[in-house]
Amino acid sequence: MTVDLQLSVNDQLYPLTVDTRETLLDTLRERLDLAGCKKGCDHGQCGSCTVLVDGRRVKACLTFTVTVDDKPITTVEGLAGERGLHPLQNAFIEHDAFQCGYCTPGQLCSAVGMLAEAALGWPSAATPDIAGTAAEPVLGEEEIRERMSGNLCRCGAYPGIVAAIGEVAR
Amino acid sequence: MRPFAYERPADVRSAVATLEAGLETGADAMYLGGGTNLVDLMRLGVARPGTLVDVTRVASATIEETPDGGLLIGAGVRNGDLAAHPLVRRRYPMLAQAVLSGASGQIRNMATVGGNLLQRTRCSYFQDVTKPCNKRAPGSGCPARTGDHRNLAILGHSESCVATHPSDMAVALAAIGVTVHVEGPGGARTVPMPGLHRLPGEDPSRDTVLSPGDLITAVELPALPMAARSRYRKVRDRASFSFAVVSVAAALDLDGEGRVRDCRIALGAVAHVPWRAESAEAALRGAPATEEEFARAADAEMRGARPLRLNAFKVPLARNLLVRVLADLAETP
Repeated sequence: MTVDLQLSVNDQLYPLTVDTRETLLDTLRERLDLAGCKKGCDHGQCGSCTVLVDGRRVKACLTFTVTVDDKPITTVEGLAGERGLHPLQNAFIEHDAFQCGYCTPGQLCSAVGMLAEAALGWPSAATPDIAGTAAEPVLGEEEIRERMSGNLCRCGAYPGIVAAIGEVAR
Repeated sequence: MRPFAYERPADVRSAVATLEAGLETGADAMYLGGGTNLVDLMRLGVARPGTLVDVTRVASATIEETPDGGLLIGAGVRNGDLAAHPLVRRRYPMLAQAVLSGASGQIRNMATVGGNLLQRTRCSYFQDVTKPCNKRAPGSGCPARTGDHRNLAILGHSESCVATHPSDMAVALAAIGVTVHVEGPGGARTVPMPGLHRLPGEDPSRDTVLSPGDLITAVELPALPMAARSRYRKVRDRASFSFAVVSVAAALDLDGEGRVRDCRIALGAVAHVPWRAESAEAALRGAPATEEEFARAADAEMRGARPLRLNAFKVPLARNLLVRVLADLAETP
């Protein structure tokens, strides 16, 4: 069964006819040629398909496209601005935060969403005083690792990823 | 994946009506929340709805204080928002901890409170359509009982099913003791929790007492001052983004003489339901808040355990974890 809709991706509107079964991951890659979003596990376990919907990081493989036709979507292709790369992208290059690069777009989108959550004061399982009222959590290594645990890197570039995110978080 | 019609009703009543209509036509209609479990089950062929009724825009996404000092949490509240809410963190820290210990940041942004309660077991046989499973295909058998059940139930299981409920959030809610608001074909009603989820018995296909067409609209938390001194602790195979092997949610109320005036305890990943530890609670009320008494209470709860061949380790694990959590709580100023 198909539905006609408009998808807003990286500030651009795309009129589309989609099968209701189509995931946002497949729509982005196969229909819109936005191949930054990667298919790793296709079960919500690896994080390589992470994109931002309404500014929040989500997994595109667990999102039916038809459910997000009224929400702005940002992919890794939309992170850089007119003045160049996003600070996180620069930091990833600076800190060698990847090897094969397959998980990197998901890591970047996830980190953007994660920093926004931290700026709102959201705690994590690594936050020592959960009931506390500290306005903004301090993003040390343990916090960053916990908050980024939804993104796997099979090359094991985690030390660089943590360092890159830590630099931008400061 | 089976083709399905997608419906996005405007309010709760029309969502229920749309689902009912979908059921009547034999389309196996289902509600869609955050989709973090259902979309995966559809891809695996475990869930095969012919109609999806998207309720993410009709279920309340707000958290409100109730007149008695409790909280009314809309079923559409995303898990991430729930754990971040200042009143949840201050009044029910075990609930915030439970939610934050589950899944990943991305999944918590998607998953709803209603959907979290209704997620299905992660028993590998249930998720594999090439295997028998009494929960997925009633009457086909339970290979888990003799097969891989390392992380399955030690309490309350039956010959038919040894699955566990996977939610962390539900364990904290069971400890608190909450009221689940439901809108169904017959109108609105409430279901107490514990009481929402059911033991497998001879019909493991039903996880809860809800009927098809029932939509969870909210979860109401009572005022529970002792929950300000509460904790959720989870043992798992890796440090993050992993289901529990055993978990404990507990709240402790001590009097001036170091005795337990009251307590709330629930265990996770040990049963088909989030397991309210009533035997342990009864053993603790009025007892001195000492490690010996905590151990006695934990032993009382574990007396009912019937471990399987590969998961007997969960019995001492649950016992020791419970003792540790209670001891930590007793030391908390």
